[in-house]
Amino acid sequence: MQFSIYRYDPDTDKKPYMKDYELEIETGSDMMLLDALILLKAQDAGISFRRSCREGVCGSDGVNVNGKNALACITPLSSLKGKKITVRPLPGLPVIRDLVVDMTQFYRQYEKIRPYLINNDEQPVREHLQTPQDREKLDGLYECILCACCSTACPSFWWNPDKFIGPSGLLQAYRFIIDSRDTETESRLDDLDDAYSLFRCRGIMNCVSVCPKGLNPTQAIGHIRSMLLNRGL
Amino acid sequence: MVKSVTSLGRSGLHDWMIQRVSAVVLAVYIVYLAVFIFSTPHLQFSVWHNLFERTGFKVFSLIALTALCFHAWIGLWVISTDYLKPLAIRMVFQVLVIISCIALILWGAQIFWSV
Repeated sequence: MQFSIYRYDPDTDKKPYMKDYELEIETGSDMMLLDALILLKAQDAGISFRRSCREGVCGSDGVNVNGKNALACITPLSSLKGKKITVRPLPGLPVIRDLVVDMTQFYRQYEKIRPYLINNDEQPVREHLQTPQDREKLDGLYECILCACCSTACPSFWWNPDKFIGPSGLLQAYRFIIDSRDTETESRLDDLDDAYSLFRCRGIMNCVSVCPKGLNPTQAIGHIRSMLLNRGL
Repeated sequence: MVKSVTSLGRSGLHDWMIQRVSAVVLAVYIVYLAVFIFSTPHLQFSVWHNLFERTGFKVFSLIALTALCFHAWIGLWVISTDYLKPLAIRMVFQVLVIISCIALILWGAQIFWSV
């Protein structure tokens, strides 16, 4: 099987380049892209990429495969089309080396949405209770693993990564806005009501198409927009 | 919260709302005009004149022109903030768009009420 991998070492390379590799894979067998990358690293120890849990939980190995963002550890080679598999770093973020990107801008946006529960009510004796119905509202939101596949597939995030929160951050924002135990709903909504933070979403829906966990940031953004509208009319 | 000085609305929601309402106004105006044009067998100057002579249609036309200018202001502002990165070029572009929109509304009003 043939691979074309994005290579860039700022210490030695003037500019990035694509390098071809070949990997013998037994006929009829399959493996995840991450396993293939690990085997390629055995051929060429210089290839750099992030990985940790190798089961789609840690979100470390987000890469761009044949033009679409995905987690290498849960992408079977059999699902990839074409004679040659092209692997590039996640688009839109500065490359540190090969497939490793600098996630600072992504995390900075995540930090902006205050990704923690804030409850200014009197503290209960034991814990903040939540009804099963309220807990259900968090389904499809809390599962985000911050792999950045969605935000780095979003053109609005490419153009304004310093101002637009991005699909991942907004999905997380809604996770806290809708949480019945959080008392900062109003100020969280205030923070998003400018021309960039949320409203730069143009409904392109690349985020939905690439999310490795099958989440729907566009829908979450729509819910926040409806809440802002409800409040503003 | 990101502050912006050249956007039309006071907030993201305000811009979003204006863009949608202006789109509806434009759609209604275009459909009205299309129905008028296709249902009039002999479209002559006098027919156009009669249409634009009515105060109701003057107001409707001015509202549609204003909706078009507001829609363009918001849309072009978004495009400029996406694609024009040098501050000077972005500022000149945004100011030109704003001045053009205001000028078009005033000029349009003068034309409609001169009929």
